[in-house]
Amino acid sequence: MNALALRGVACLRGGRLLFEGLDLALAPGEAALVTGPNGVGKSSLIRIAAGLLAPAAGTVECTGDRALMAEAPALDSELPLAAALNFWAGLDGRREVVPDVLASLDLGPLAQVPVRMLSTGQRRRAALARVVASAAPIWLLDEPANGLDTASVALLEGLIAGHRAAGGIALVATHLPITLPDAREVAL
Amino acid sequence: MSAYAAIVWRELRRAWSTGGLALPLIFFLLVAILFPFAVGPDGKLLARIAPGVIWAAALLAALLPVERLVSPDLESGVLDQLAVRGIPDAGVAAAKVAGHWLGFAPALLVATVIASGLLQLPGAALGPLLLALLIGTPGLAALGVATAALVSGLRGAGALAGLVMLPFAVPLLIFGATADQPGALKLLGAVSLLLVAGCPFVAGAAVRMGRS
Repeated sequence: MNALALRGVACLRGGRLLFEGLDLALAPGEAALVTGPNGVGKSSLIRIAAGLLAPAAGTVECTGDRALMAEAPALDSELPLAAALNFWAGLDGRREVVPDVLASLDLGPLAQVPVRMLSTGQRRRAALARVVASAAPIWLLDEPANGLDTASVALLEGLIAGHRAAGGIALVATHLPITLPDAREVAL
Repeated sequence: MSAYAAIVWRELRRAWSTGGLALPLIFFLLVAILFPFAVGPDGKLLARIAPGVIWAAALLAALLPVERLVSPDLESGVLDQLAVRGIPDAGVAAAKVAGHWLGFAPALLVATVIASGLLQLPGAALGPLLLALLIGTPGLAALGVATAALVSGLRGAGALAGLVMLPFAVPLLIFGATADQPGALKLLGAVSLLLVAGCPFVAGAAVRMGRS
């Protein structure tokens, strides 16, 4: 069964203790919303949960694949959007879903546009498309609403709801309001 | 396995599409062309220094694309995404070594034939030189990726890369340029193998350190 559990996690960055004693356990269908002002360690928490950053104390237990949406889109800027997503979908063995995922994020008409020509919001949606296409049960989203317009934020909320309904887990760090019904609130 | 093949293919594609293939080759040929001008049209002298010149040029050509090997992937989050998918950093580095080698070495061997003509290298010496380059360039590629990972994210990375990489390439240069001596090819192979085996771990550790 998919699960994400952080126990007594502390984060030390550049000699500063950002947070400590953080406990969070998420079961299938559950979500957590990490909020707080800039520089409080929201992104670091996401990176700790992703296994990219070792916690200064505590443990991270993760059962199931993770998909990360960080600040950088990690899409080759010279490639058309569909081809750039295909690289990651190919690694995940899910190339066939890319056209559908693009359509679900209103990116269908942009499939052949090079990534470097996309606007900020379109690029964020493209990064979200990579997360959706991966079919990983655990979503780790760092500021997913940044640069998105109101309609796209609604789209994002709908995708997270659908992911949870299918038994997925979502850990979302944001300073913008995102509506996640029954989400655990983690205020740093 | 297919994940590594995809990374190798991506490296190759990026090398081709960003001019990373043509530039080192033109650079390599230019260095080879400069020497006859600098040394003078003395055929015997040129023929004697030709292997050394070609090796030094190959070394500089391998150093040229170092800045685009790791840094862009670090900044765009590609390395993080690969790590989240459970692909070890050293494995990614090994795939990058293979991609880098495929990107510059085969074309370099072809350019060597041209350069050897410019330097009046005797036909009989061309075969051993090409064999030595074939054995030594994987070591150069591995060294290039390790250097790229070590200097990635630093300012003035290009100049620093030369300082880091060139001293470690000296053994390749010594055994490669004297490939006609007995035993030199074996020692060249040993050095190249050591670099190919060790550098991915160095590069992987550098990337991991960069995250914290």
